[in-house]
Amino acid sequence: MSSKQLLKRIGLGLLTLWLVSLVVFAAVIALPGDAATAILGKEATPARVAALREQLHLNDSLVTQYTQWLKGILTFDFGDSAATQQPVTQLLSDRVANSAFLVFVASIIAIPLSILMGVWTAMKRDKPADHVTSNVTLVLAALPEFVIGMGLILIFATGLFHWFPAVSLLAPGEKAWEDPQVVILPAATLIIAVVPYVSRIMRGSMIEVLESEYVTMARLKGLPERQVIWRHAVPNAIVPAIQVTALELAWMAGGIVIVEFVFQYPGIGASLVDAVNNRDMPVVQTVTMLAAAVYVILNLAADLATILVTPRLRTAGR
Amino acid sequence: MSTDQTVDTAVDLGLEAAIEGHAPVDEELRGHQWLWIMRRALGLTRTRIGLGIVILMVLIAVFGRFVAPHSPTEFVAVPNSAPSGTALFGADALGRDVFSRWLYGGLTVLWMSAAATALGIVVGTGVGLVAAYSRNWLDDVLMRGNDVLLSFPAIIFVLLAVSAVGPKLWLIVLTVGFTHAPRVARVMRGAGQEVVERDFIKAAEVVGEKRWRIVAGELLPNVTSPLLVEIGLRMTYSIALVAAVSFIGVGLQPPTADWGLMINENRLSISVQPWAVFLPVIAIGLLTVGTNLITDGVARAAIGLDRGGKS
Repeated sequence: MSSKQLLKRIGLGLLTLWLVSLVVFAAVIALPGDAATAILGKEATPARVAALREQLHLNDSLVTQYTQWLKGILTFDFGDSAATQQPVTQLLSDRVANSAFLVFVASIIAIPLSILMGVWTAMKRDKPADHVTSNVTLVLAALPEFVIGMGLILIFATGLFHWFPAVSLLAPGEKAWEDPQVVILPAATLIIAVVPYVSRIMRGSMIEVLESEYVTMARLKGLPERQVIWRHAVPNAIVPAIQVTALELAWMAGGIVIVEFVFQYPGIGASLVDAVNNRDMPVVQTVTMLAAAVYVILNLAADLATILVTPRLRTAGR
Repeated sequence: MSTDQTVDTAVDLGLEAAIEGHAPVDEELRGHQWLWIMRRALGLTRTRIGLGIVILMVLIAVFGRFVAPHSPTEFVAVPNSAPSGTALFGADALGRDVFSRWLYGGLTVLWMSAAATALGIVVGTGVGLVAAYSRNWLDDVLMRGNDVLLSFPAIIFVLLAVSAVGPKLWLIVLTVGFTHAPRVARVMRGAGQEVVERDFIKAAEVVGEKRWRIVAGELLPNVTSPLLVEIGLRMTYSIALVAAVSFIGVGLQPPTADWGLMINENRLSISVQPWAVFLPVIAIGLLTVGTNLITDGVARAAIGLDRGGKS
């Protein structure tokens, strides 16, 4: 791939992130009245409001406020939480790790599972197994994450069985991987939410490849079916699935907000909900920027991966 | 196919991948494509099941309040008490009748989702078709704006707005609609781009038709099949998103009876009183499954063949 192509994509990604930062910053300006009154409430004394205005730099011009804020983000200084006065980085660092662990567990199961299901249903096309899978995924794909999550709680935690905890409780400072039981139901929720999408795309793409001439050719050469499928068909069918997988990973950045809230899992998604309820704008802004950055980076990675595995595109820029 | 197109089509339910550009080309059907598609869709079992479920849930949401045995805010029994003669499905965490609250709780999520869907479809279709027709800098600007909005996960975009302005229902409708718009715009732009190349558009340009008339009168009637599928998809997502916002407690405020809020209010007592969570969970689940079945039926009808089949 030409370095020009690469630079153009990275440039577009950075431009998008910069525009996102403007939107996120604008959210603070949209606070009715002003941020200091919004945080302290209407009964706050003028002196306290003035002090907080000073602390939040609200007396500076918008441009100064924005550049200060952006400079902070670029140096990983996200300001102090309006609710607890702690630095946002300190508040979120453990939670970022917990959320990353949750997404990691969910994706190392969801991605291979959806590829296998897609390949399998494509091979069983129009047979009963395919129809059943297709109908089940159609239903599951429609369910909102919190419906899946509450359903799992009703089945596996409180109602029918008592196998897993309904709430992901961790001692302060304890990390999710030190008590992996808490991650099972949240991860299962994410997996059930994601697998129907990716496996459907994988199935469609696999069917297209199985009907192509080179697969027929490989079969005519007398190659064993296993080799036809895994050596010739799957590597080509996987290209659209890469894009979709990246989109789904990016989707998880939003999905964890609901799933973590359902299970009270101590990650950034649950922090975001708390922060929204407390109108803790620095935390809201930080989590939003993080989610947007994850989205842009994953899209970029997916584009690069697609170019790398598609010879036609690899040479297109020359 | 470029990599960009792969991203364009392969999003969400995977339905969009299947639907682009397979509208019937029959000239006499021009302008009536949607009727043709709906008629075919209604012949499919899944559409009928979906329609049955949705009609049932809408009836419950709209007319349930007239048959509710109690007021949704009246205290009728001991908090979290089990089903009894006075409270068919028991009482919630505050002692109110679960069944009555359930019968009252569907209307808000329905109208909010419908309004958000309408907003997202109208704005998204407008932006997508104008971008497809303009083919110049305007296209670039609109699509760049699209990319920015797409970088926010939908729920986070809504929460960002709610945290700034407060839990207002109009704000939730507005932001949910705006999370749909760029996704709709992307699909409609793709569909529009194929139509723009056709002869009747050029003919209309030669005759000197106004631009907005070409977009609204020539382009729009020829992208009805992706449009119908988008309406269904967006409705499914709207219901999920609006209910989720209430569920996490930043949408409708107590003591309103609302399915999402009911789950939130009663989830801590789920082991003693599962009905108060189970009923709204089932209601929201049925609603989204129903709209998705209809959408899938419409998508299949629009392609003309089973998905995965040759078209």
